[in-house]
Amino acid sequence: MVEDERQRLAHLSINLQRRALIYNTTRDFFNKRGFLEVETPVRSPAIAPEKEIIPIGSEGWFLSTSPELYMKRLLAAGYDKIYQFSRCFRKGERGRYHNPEFTLLEWYRTDADYEQMTKDTEGLVTTIAGKLGMGTTLRYRGKKIDLRPPWLRLTISEAFKKSAGWDPVAEPVAQRFDEDTILKVIPDLNPNRPTVLMDYPAPMASLARLKPDRKDVAERAEVFIGGLELANAYSELTDRQEQKKRFLEEARQIEQEQNRTAPMPEKFLAVMSNLPECAGIALGMDRLVMLFCDAASIDEVIPFTTDEA
Amino acid sequence: MDISDVHKGTKLMIDNVPYNVEEAEFMKPGKGSAIYRFKLRNLVDGSNLNRTYRSSEKFTGANVSTREGQFLYRDGNHFIFMSTDNYEQYSIDETLLGEKSHFLKEGTIVTTVMLEEKPLDITLPIFVELKVMKSDIATKTDTVTAQMKSATLETGHEIDVPNFIKEGDYIKVDTRTGSYVERVVTKK
Repeated sequence: MVEDERQRLAHLSINLQRRALIYNTTRDFFNKRGFLEVETPVRSPAIAPEKEIIPIGSEGWFLSTSPELYMKRLLAAGYDKIYQFSRCFRKGERGRYHNPEFTLLEWYRTDADYEQMTKDTEGLVTTIAGKLGMGTTLRYRGKKIDLRPPWLRLTISEAFKKSAGWDPVAEPVAQRFDEDTILKVIPDLNPNRPTVLMDYPAPMASLARLKPDRKDVAERAEVFIGGLELANAYSELTDRQEQKKRFLEEARQIEQEQNRTAPMPEKFLAVMSNLPECAGIALGMDRLVMLFCDAASIDEVIPFTTDEA
Repeated sequence: MDISDVHKGTKLMIDNVPYNVEEAEFMKPGKGSAIYRFKLRNLVDGSNLNRTYRSSEKFTGANVSTREGQFLYRDGNHFIFMSTDNYEQYSIDETLLGEKSHFLKEGTIVTTVMLEEKPLDITLPIFVELKVMKSDIATKTDTVTAQMKSATLETGHEIDVPNFIKEGDYIKVDTRTGSYVERVVTKK
């Protein structure tokens, strides 16, 4: 067993070195642009209630599923550009692209929207590719991906009409939406270009603001590269009443359908009236490293996954 | 069991048939519900099945184990084996064995797949040596090319063998394909 582990970890060495380089480059990228690196609790008494994200409990509290609410509490207190690498935990999420403990990179800006966050992502990914000597072409799983911005942008309506034959903005059915996203829309994306899916059905973006002229569409964007869901951006909702209404409805469904408790994040709601116009994004660092290491599985970029812990 | 407890190698009952999970793929949009895609092998007939399930799915595990057994004799449609561990005898119906019954002779050691305490299937050795009981004598013209002729084995099964094989010879048979491999010289 000792020898097996030595060999397994030795085999990961190049990927782990590359991982460290990607982290350093990411820190440089944000520091140069005036962002402040912050750290917020991994364990907290309440998290954003989300039906499809199941937290791991810790003595009555919860391990973080995302640092989003703490990041917004900092914005509400006057911080304007912040980022953090954050360990997050989501129960039962284990597969080729998932480990129940993983790292999210989140960054937030005031006076910005989801389009700005997408542009930041284009900048970050091309900067890392340059630093790794790849130029603007990423080779992932036998495909050549042209990273030059601007990346392809498709609305959810366009993508679904083309690949799944229906429009989820007109019929926001969550289960069917999730299944077709995985089985029809993602496999049909252009394999040689990063793609941004945007303008999600309003009920599928619980912390995003709605488009000013479209009450059925939320300003949410998701970035896909090489078939991997890499990042999720919102123009953040700043309306406290609306946020509380959405959280209560989500919590009601969680408690009724899943028999788990979902306490309200009261401290976040309390300061929400001070939250300025802002946007934020969460990017899966393990998947970003996978792309740059041409890794087929998340196990190739994490030394100790849940199976090796 | 919950679907999140199903992994590669888990044995499940689906529509009352035991399956082995050959591959399990977990797929989930960050904010959405999960989908599991399983590649399954039917433990009764070996066929493959691909199925997609939602995260709310519940499964019953299949209590499947294997044990080594030695084939003793045939009694009508029943094939009688003896466990090499505890010398208990058990019987498997001919219909469950299918074509595998063609290559079973007294003394053959097989791996038996058990569902609970019920034998379900066997895995044969890849190669078995069987005696040719009856085979027509080849005509002279047949011997010029590598033509095949039919031969009846000691199990009663007929297979094609090269013309030089005679009654009383032992031959090696590949149980995966059911085909002749070579003549066994030393065994008499």
